[in-house]
Amino acid sequence: MNRNLTLLQLSTHSTYDQLRHLADSWGLMIMALVFVGLCLWPFRPGARAANRDAALSIFEDKRDDA
Amino acid sequence: MDSVLPRSGLWLGALFFTVIATALAVDTGFAVHMMICGVAALIGLVVTVRGWDPVAAIRPVDSGRYDDDLIRLGVIATVFWGMAGFLAGVYIALEMAFPQFNLGLQWINFGRLRPLHTSAVIFAFGGNALIATSFYVVQRTCRTRLALPGLAKFVFWGYQLFIVLAATGYLMGITQGKEYAEPEWYVDLWLTVVWVAYLAVFVATLLKRSEPHIYVANWFYLAFIITVAMLHLVNNINVPVSFFGSHSYPLFGGVQGALVQWWYGHNAVGFFLTAGFLAMMYYFVPKQAERPVYSYRLSIIHFWALIFLYIWAGPHHLHYTALPDWAQTLGMVFSVMLWMPSWGGMINGLMTLNGAWDKIRTDPILRMMVLALAFYGMSTFEGPMMSIKSVNSLSHYTDWTIGHVHSGALGWNGMITFSCLYYMTPRLWGRTRLYSLRMVNWHFWLATLGIVFYTAAMWVAGITQGLMWREYGADGYLVNSFADTVAALHPMYALRVLGGLLYLSGATVMTINITRTILGHLRPETPLHSAAFDPARDVPLTPAIYA
Repeated sequence: MNRNLTLLQLSTHSTYDQLRHLADSWGLMIMALVFVGLCLWPFRPGARAANRDAALSIFEDKRDDA
Repeated sequence: MDSVLPRSGLWLGALFFTVIATALAVDTGFAVHMMICGVAALIGLVVTVRGWDPVAAIRPVDSGRYDDDLIRLGVIATVFWGMAGFLAGVYIALEMAFPQFNLGLQWINFGRLRPLHTSAVIFAFGGNALIATSFYVVQRTCRTRLALPGLAKFVFWGYQLFIVLAATGYLMGITQGKEYAEPEWYVDLWLTVVWVAYLAVFVATLLKRSEPHIYVANWFYLAFIITVAMLHLVNNINVPVSFFGSHSYPLFGGVQGALVQWWYGHNAVGFFLTAGFLAMMYYFVPKQAERPVYSYRLSIIHFWALIFLYIWAGPHHLHYTALPDWAQTLGMVFSVMLWMPSWGGMINGLMTLNGAWDKIRTDPILRMMVLALAFYGMSTFEGPMMSIKSVNSLSHYTDWTIGHVHSGALGWNGMITFSCLYYMTPRLWGRTRLYSLRMVNWHFWLATLGIVFYTAAMWVAGITQGLMWREYGADGYLVNSFADTVAALHPMYALRVLGGLLYLSGATVMTINITRTILGHLRPETPLHSAAFDPARDVPLTPAIYA
């Protein structure tokens, strides 16, 4: 039977089964890839200057008291 | 002002509603709460009609560059609720050691005062600190005034009403019975409205920024606001028994309910007490040290790792329960992995002082920040260790857990908040410096000593308790009764009171210091450190001679 139809049958067991297989295969892979991508993002070429500017941006104003 | 009429109408409508709700209330607690809301509406009405500006009294000369009225109020509220929460903590510690302090009154027994203490320190003290610093940081890093100032006012005062409703509810015995989520359904709904308004103010300020990049502290604040909204909504899906009564039933039951509760509970630690306070760290530590953060790249990795890992760690609160084994193991594994981003963040904060370590000797505020980071590191090492099943089998349900929580809360959240208050107060009121730096030094040592007494007592108490509970005799029976463990722990409970008193006295010193700074007083005092000029020794080093 079509997998999508199985999910729609609202049997608790098959819903659980499908979701846990999604979670430990494609779901896990996509989450892990997104995470690795986000961590690598600040290391992209040309990011060094942008990071330095961002870190220094809080010191640009001589007076930011009031 | 032409908007007075509709606004007064709104207040009057709210007042009528609360009067009707009081009359229709099915239990006393709900009636009292509606009366409190009625008083709040009445105050709002009077202030609106008379055109009073309640903040004018504490407003110094304002350059008008940033909207700081609410932040000044927030500083005062943080100090006030902090003192209330610490006092409640010391009192319940006394009740644990000497039950006579219950005074035979149901309203102040341990079971009712304990949630009052935890909510006062986490949500009232911590929450006000988070709201105030987030408004301070987002304006300065975005170089723009706070967006939606009217809504921002609602966020501040609405949050105070939430605190009052929650605290009075606990004293009257109104609770959902869920740790850190005790307020009942109507208070939860109110907090939801306030929180959505908070998100709107914060995001609208980010959107009107005049700085291309959103500084990393704001990422942490935003993650804290959004995640707390999600956690609060899911964990409080309750069906009220009556629309005019204080009781409700949760939708999730049994082990599902327990899992949702600890998914909420642990992420309240992760996003309220960690992400939000890390946002403070990423702005105020570099500012106080006058050096940029050690590694901006690391701060971004710290952010994403925290977001991706923390959300799965909750099941470690349910080891050896009906929760499926794989879920327990998943919680444990993610908790252990969390060690990495936590220590990455700690190192990032501490190494910001790279090349300026001498400032810990001369600047007591920076020293307080360093201590906060050290405690962040210690408690995020202890936490993953305690989440390991074999360690948890000893530590769970014992006072070790309480010690762990307090090393994080008193050491990390408390100390970073105090140092941020010390940073902001002179700037917000346009004073040249704090009333007294020597008092900051006193606060530092009183608080540190208090934490040492507290956590050391709880380690000993917890391990004693765990070992006594699991001790079997030769005949297979448990050796100790529960009352035996209570008697064995008594000295440790008394020591905890001492630790709490030291911490409370440190906070009292801070209250005096901040109050006098606000009043514009300056304590004449000799500086903490001076490097006297010594002509005999202050000569250039003899250069090394290279052959």
